[in-house]
This record gives sequence, C-alpha cells and structure tokens, in this order.
Amino acid sequence: MKDVLDNLDVFVKGFRTTVSLTLLATIGALLLGTLIATMRVSPIPPLRWAGAAYVRLVRNTPLTVVFFLVVFGLPEVDVKLPFFRFAVLALSIYTAAFVAEAVRSGINSVAPGQAEASRSIGMTFGQTLRLVVLPQAFANIVPPLASVFIALLKNTSIASAFFVFEGIQAMNQLINAHGDAVLAIIAASALGYLVLALVSAFLFSLLERAVSAGRR
Amino acid sequence: MTTPVLYDVQGPRGRRRVLIASIVGALALLAVLALAARRLAANGQFDYAKYKPFFTEPQLYRRLQDGLENTLHAAVYAMALAAVLGVLLAFGRLSRRRVIRLPVIAVIEFFRGVPLLLLIFALFLAYPLVVGTDLPALWALVLALTLYNGAVIAEIIRAGVLSIPKGQTEAAYAIGLSRGQTLRMVLLPQAVRVMLPALISQLVVLLKDTSLGFVIGFSELLRTGGQLVQVLRNPLQLYLAVALIYIVINSCLSGLAGYVEGRQRHTSGRTPVAPTQVETGMGVL
Repeated sequence: MKDVLDNLDVFVKGFRTTVSLTLLATIGALLLGTLIATMRVSPIPPLRWAGAAYVRLVRNTPLTVVFFLVVFGLPEVDVKLPFFRFAVLALSIYTAAFVAEAVRSGINSVAPGQAEASRSIGMTFGQTLRLVVLPQAFANIVPPLASVFIALLKNTSIASAFFVFEGIQAMNQLINAHGDAVLAIIAASALGYLVLALVSAFLFSLLERAVSAGRR
Repeated sequence: MTTPVLYDVQGPRGRRRVLIASIVGALALLAVLALAARRLAANGQFDYAKYKPFFTEPQLYRRLQDGLENTLHAAVYAMALAAVLGVLLAFGRLSRRRVIRLPVIAVIEFFRGVPLLLLIFALFLAYPLVVGTDLPALWALVLALTLYNGAVIAEIIRAGVLSIPKGQTEAAYAIGLSRGQTLRMVLLPQAVRVMLPALISQLVVLLKDTSLGFVIGFSELLRTGGQLVQVLRNPLQLYLAVALIYIVINSCLSGLAGYVEGRQRHTSGRTPVAPTQVETGMGVL
C-alpha cells in the first residue's frame, strides 16, 4: 500500500496520458465516424459502398492489428509520427467505425415523415440531414456513444504495447520496481480505470438527460 | 434502409447529377488510393521480395495455421466458460435477494469497467504470487476473457429475460413453478433465443480480443505474424495477411448473427432486440 501511495505521481502521469489519448481519439473518431455515416446514407453509390466497406473491414479487425498496421504502414506512405500520435490515430480509425454505426442507426431511428416533410418543402440532402434529421437523431445517438466512449477509454490500454506511457505502462513500471507490492499496484490501477469509467458514465447520463429533456 | 427517405427518387436531371457526383466521388477515392500506392511503391512496398515468402515458403502458412489454431482454442475455451459464468451471474443479477444481487452487480460492473489488458496482466502476474505456480499464458488469456465476457453475457441474458412478455412469468407461476424454475425452464430458454444475435456478435468481440494474448507471449495468430516479421522483414504485408484472416472469420460470424436476427424477425413476428440496441454497455467494442 505504501508503495502505491509513494508513487502516486507515476500513476497520475500515466492516467493523465490515458485521459488525453481518450479525449483526442474521441474527437478524431467523432469527425471521421460522422463523415462515414453521412457517406453511408448519401445518394451517391460509390461513397455508400466506401463507407460500408470501411465499417465492415475495421469492425472485424482487432484493435491490436489496427495498431500494428498504423505503426508499420503509415511510415511507408511517409507519415512518420511519434508513437503517441500513432496511438491516437489507430484509436480514432478503429472507434470511428463504431461511431459511424451509432450515428447511422440514430439517423434511421428518426421517423421517416420528418425527412419526407423536409424534402417536400424543397430541402436538399445536405439540408435535410443537417437541419432536420441529425438534430433529432442526436438524442438517440448519445446512449450508444456512451458505451463506445467507455470502450475507447479501456482500449487506450493497448497503446501501452506501443511505447506510450499510460495507465498500464505506469502499472508495469511500478511492478518492476516494487516486486513485493504487485497486488496493491494492480488493484490501484484497476481503481484508476474504474473511477474514470464511472465518472464518464455519470457525465454521459447527465448529457442523456439534457438531450432528451426537450423531447417527448 | 431499403427506400431512401433522406433524398427524393431522382428525375432525369437528378440522375445525371448523381452520376456526375458518383464519378467525382469515385475519382476522389481512387486518387487518395493512388497517392498512397505511389508512396508505397516509392518505398519499395510493391517489390517482389516483399511478397516472395508467400509463394516460396510453405512454412509461413504452417506457422500462421498454428497461430490461428491457438487463437481459436483460446476463443472456444473462453466462450464456453464465459457462457457458464454469464448464466450464473445473470441468475444472481436477477435474484430478488439483495445480499445476492448487490455483490453480483459489483462483480459485473468491475469486470466490465476494467480494461481486458489489465485483467490479463493481473492474472498472469498475481496468480504465481497467490497460488505459487505459474499460470500458462493460454490460461491467463482464457480466464481474463472469461471474466470480462461472462460479465457482458450476463447483461445480455438479463436484457433478454427482461424483454420476455410478463405473461410468460405469470403463466409459469399459475401452474405452480417456483421463481427459480420459472427462470430456468421458461425465461432463460426464450431469453437465449431472443439474444442469440447479440451472443454471436459477442463471439466476434471475444475472437478479436484473443489478439491481446501477444502481450504475455501467447503464440496466437497476431504474435505468430510478429515472429514471422522478424525473419521475413515484410511487416506491412504480413500484418495485412493477418488482418485478412481475422476479417474473413469475423465477417462469417457477423453474417451469421445477421442471418439469425433476420430469421427471428421473420418467424416470431416480434421484433428481436437487435445487438446494437441492447445496453450491453461496454461490450460493444
């Protein structure tokens, strides 16, 4: 226990990286995922196919393999970045597929009459989506996005295998230094992840209540 | 979406516009791919030497096959154990006694809230300290997968049980079944049927997660690929091959889940709970 308390700064440093990985990858995944969802419902066939292919390929690939492909593949197209940015990219690419699915099912859950009505007053595809459908879909998208976000938070742990000093690497470093306190160190890092997961679940429940408040 | 509602069925001018947009969109996608391909070619990624092992080394396929077998072993063991654990936890979660229900909720939330990687390390490192003997990498992986997926499956089954119409329970009580009998003989079989698509989808998640075995030195498919890379020096090609194997297997499983879901919707008339709609919480990825 003492070893844990003495090395709290190592944990703080690690989990701070975990949080920033999560937040940066969330931004990336939301942008890319919304773009892909838009492609999937668009009237232009090649874009629909490309979107569907992306979701299908990425969803069926393990995140670890995505990491390896990013780390070994991107340098071959002359994109050379530090490991932290590679990790953000790999997490964004992977999570975007799940965000796209959440957004798409949210779009499909909006009553067809809404889109029909906006078409009948002459709105284009872009206007229909942007002004009518997406704002209403948002309330349905938040609950699945909450689980995607928490899964992302846990998935950042895989970056530990790619030289990013986050929660798991902090744990492993402490275990190597204090062999007699292995259980306490593991318990402490488990607690770290649980706290982060519970806090984000709580924040999402607030958001859920906020977006559903104005609607019946 | 079978009929598009977001845009009109196009007239002649609209069709022309869509055609133009299609060509432009396709060209833009192709341009991105071509750009990447040019860079790859410039870096020698299309050299025959990088692909030669796939044609000249039968050993490569034997190694990958061994890795795949280990992956599938871990996945099958973990799924079987997780199904058992999941049913037990679901029973506990649905129990009316608070002394059973609350601890089970805590256990489920714990294993769902902690990264799988941490569970794997915890078992691998803590087991020798507690028990005194080493835990083989396979079993560290299988047990970690069991704990996590057991918790997720428990929530899937619970969602299934709660989706069964109340009349089923009332009828079971009316003919004198106890609560346990009702759960075991009436609700559980129906819940498993309703949740079959979600359970198959969870198998995809589990299979993908076996790739984490590489961090503790378990020679599954991904690690085998990594070992081959050390010798053959063509990481991109080999990892793409590994990705392809995962994609083929998981696409088949996802297809099966979709097929089962479609059949249920067709036969029962009642809309089954789609895997994506279930609050399996963190089990989505």
